[in-house]
Amino acid sequence: MPLSPDEAGRFADLLEKQADGLVARWAELVGGSLLGRMSRPELERQTRDLQKSFQQALASGARDLTDAEAGELRAQLGELSSNRARQGFSANETAVSVFALKQAVIELLGDTADAQALRGYVAFSAFVDGAALFTFDSYVRVREALIADQAEQLLELSTPVVKLWEGVVAVPLVGTLDSARAQVVMERLLQTLVETGSPHAIIDITGVPAVDTQVAQHILKTVVAARLMGADCIISGIRPQIAQTIVALGIEFGDIATKSSLADALRYVLGKNSYKVVGANRTER
Amino acid sequence: MERVPVLKIGDILLVSIQIDMEDQVALQLQEDLAERIVATGCHGVIIDISTLDIVDSFVGRTLATIASVSRVLDAETVVVGMRPAVAITLVELGLSLPGIRTALNVELGIEMLARSRAETEVELDDEDDADQAAVTTS
Amino acid sequence: MNQESRLIPVATDQDVVRVRQLVRTVAVEAKLSLVDQTKLVTAASELARNTLVYGGGGTVEVGRVRSEIRAGIRIVFADQGPGIADLDLALTDGYTTGGGLGLGLSGARRLVDEFAIDTAPGKGTTITITKWCR
Repeated sequence: MPLSPDEAGRFADLLEKQADGLVARWAELVGGSLLGRMSRPELERQTRDLQKSFQQALASGARDLTDAEAGELRAQLGELSSNRARQGFSANETAVSVFALKQAVIELLGDTADAQALRGYVAFSAFVDGAALFTFDSYVRVREALIADQAEQLLELSTPVVKLWEGVVAVPLVGTLDSARAQVVMERLLQTLVETGSPHAIIDITGVPAVDTQVAQHILKTVVAARLMGADCIISGIRPQIAQTIVALGIEFGDIATKSSLADALRYVLGKNSYKVVGANRTER
Repeated sequence: MERVPVLKIGDILLVSIQIDMEDQVALQLQEDLAERIVATGCHGVIIDISTLDIVDSFVGRTLATIASVSRVLDAETVVVGMRPAVAITLVELGLSLPGIRTALNVELGIEMLARSRAETEVELDDEDDADQAAVTTS
Repeated sequence: MNQESRLIPVATDQDVVRVRQLVRTVAVEAKLSLVDQTKLVTAASELARNTLVYGGGGTVEVGRVRSEIRAGIRIVFADQGPGIADLDLALTDGYTTGGGLGLGLSGARRLVDEFAIDTAPGKGTTITITKWCR
């Protein structure tokens, strides 16, 4: 049951005339649930902003939260949820900030309310419910974005590419490799090869507990891509179980060099290098 | 129609592809290179593709043909500077560019050519030594 | 397509270059990752060349799309050429009738998220590809 223009106007009046008392009571109700994790003046400022937006939306004839007239209010609610989400408040605590308005308003109406006023209140209540649902929605969206960001940061953190020697870089992979992470590793490694001009790369999978077909494919593709760019890849630290899996899955590692440990791989590369790059070796001696 | 310039540096022909090539331009480059190899007697060709943001199957095939033709004309071809995104895409596309030697950058490409040249020249030196030895003993 | 799209006629080599450049621009606007941009532009290049070489020319339409959950880019390659008689064969790696490497169709399919082809002998060929933003 949407608000009639008449009722909307009446509630806008009420919100304006009783502003101070309403905001105080509203903030008090919200404050109870936020348990002093937010300063009183801060909470009051936020509540007053909300009250103004509600009042403006109703005064300009918004009958529903999706109306154009409620645009300002929606922006305000969106900002509130976004702040609460970032500050670590729960979805419940965020929605209460809006729901408390109903309590504050019914207390204002008090015993004087007649049947018509009550009908108006029910419509108003539905309007506030809409607003609270909207906060809930924005809250979830912000949290999801936060989680996605963190996942990405974690991905970046967990895939270092290190320089082992002049012309040799290594990626020590630790933890479960899923397809997304394998892809990040692949791009990172290839980029580092270009940036450092290193013709040799070692992918060390000692810390990887298991490998499935997709991940093995990603590693293989990385090796082929590196070769296309003019660099050689060696895979080191293959555990016995992983070797079993690779064979069982029928994945062909072909002519890709594999070594049991990172140290072996490095020795292999350096041995090959000193054989090939005679000039560089001479200067070292 | 634009043309890709071919520079001669010592014993090497250097081609740096700086434009998004039409297919015709790629074919023209293939012809130009073959002519320049014969005209200059160079033994190495370096094709720098570091500014190319894509290599599709046509360009890939042209590169492979250039490498084969050069080899027939006794010149080694090295393709350098392929971008990571391009390499990943080529792998997905199924193009492995067999027969093409690659290096990360021009410098490493020159080193690679010098090495393979040195290997063949070592044999020549050996022959010279043998000749000289023959002369001194006689 | 529910958002504006751009149409380019493909009649010459130069048009294939223009298709590549347009797709690159749209891919950058849609904030595709660098690798995805490269894959999409490469696929577009392969298919636009097919439109030119096998279809005898046609059109390429590039536009942004938006589904319930994600945004992406959709490209439609259309020609009025001879069409493809044996689609399975045409989609096999290494099969070619035009002296190419036979990777155009099959390779392009691997580079995009969605690949639809509508063709019959004498009816021309329409290929629609979609790449979603991750």
